[in-house]
Amino acid sequence: MRYIEPHGHMVSRVTDDYIDMVTAGCACVCEPAFWAGYDRSSVNGFYDYFCQLTDYEPKRAAKFGLPHFCWLCINPKESEDVKLAEEVVGIIPKFLDRPNVLGIGEIGLNKNSRNEMKVLEMHVDLAARHNQMILVHTPHLEDKLKGTRLIVDVIKRDKRIQPERVIIDHVEEHTIKLVLDAGFWAGMTLYPESKCSPARAVDMLENYGSERLWLNSACDWGVSIPLNVPYTALEMKRRGWSAEDVDNVVYQNPLKFLSQCKKFKLPKG
Amino acid sequence: MDARFKLIELAAFLDRVDRAEGQADFRLDAFRHALRELDGNKPERAKQVLLAFSDPTTEPIAKASGKGAIGAYAPMRG
Repeated sequence: MRYIEPHGHMVSRVTDDYIDMVTAGCACVCEPAFWAGYDRSSVNGFYDYFCQLTDYEPKRAAKFGLPHFCWLCINPKESEDVKLAEEVVGIIPKFLDRPNVLGIGEIGLNKNSRNEMKVLEMHVDLAARHNQMILVHTPHLEDKLKGTRLIVDVIKRDKRIQPERVIIDHVEEHTIKLVLDAGFWAGMTLYPESKCSPARAVDMLENYGSERLWLNSACDWGVSIPLNVPYTALEMKRRGWSAEDVDNVVYQNPLKFLSQCKKFKLPKG
Repeated sequence: MDARFKLIELAAFLDRVDRAEGQADFRLDAFRHALRELDGNKPERAKQVLLAFSDPTTEPIAKASGKGAIGAYAPMRG
């Protein structure tokens, strides 16, 4: 089996995770910028983090034969401080030409506040001005439905953005249709305690089809399972999905979306 | 077997709540409300349970008071 891990916060993981993922058939990993678990104290903290994502982490992944790509932004969890966000958005263009940068992400909302909305709009404008693809984080639990609606409205309002170059991640049963009907790609994040289980993800694929959908494991510093994409492929096989249909979801779909960025190239063979 | 196991876990959780002292967390009401979505032959139960826990408002809040979600919408908390 082969698969793409399109949303993995690998700086949080150990080398054993890289070994397990490659052994399970992972063809590449894409890492959106994330909250560190604490607020960074200045723009310099972000500069260092972007260097880690664009320089050190791809080298670490390469030691295990795994191509590594990334997305850059200030995460919605740090978007209440608009002045800091403006400074961070200001340094992102310096990194956009680096070979593993796919676009702007994971932007979005966390608690659906006015300042978070301002910073989301700032990021969307940045993406539009630099013709970048967008990866969106949607809020957690009780905040997800409202946040997803607000995010869809903000991005649809900016006519410079092509919906097919945007993926809205962490959809669940109450938000998936909203995202797909608006023309965006949708991501399902497979967590052991929240968001989506492998069984529910396959339910959604069976109910809504597999067009413009990807699966990811998040692989972050919280409770997460880096092999949840292949575990979900196992659930599909258990339900009688063909090898080709499984491949379409876990490999071809992310390949199709990510290939819209010219820098996204996988080694042949 | 998996669904049976999970149903008994929920039942045991509610028994535990009954044995506990003190004032109920506001989320317990939301939980009991969401539980009703499981009953009967209504379609899209998972979606309806998620909607039962969701913030139904449409305007951004003035300021984020913290970073985490708490599991259910509480109007007083905003």
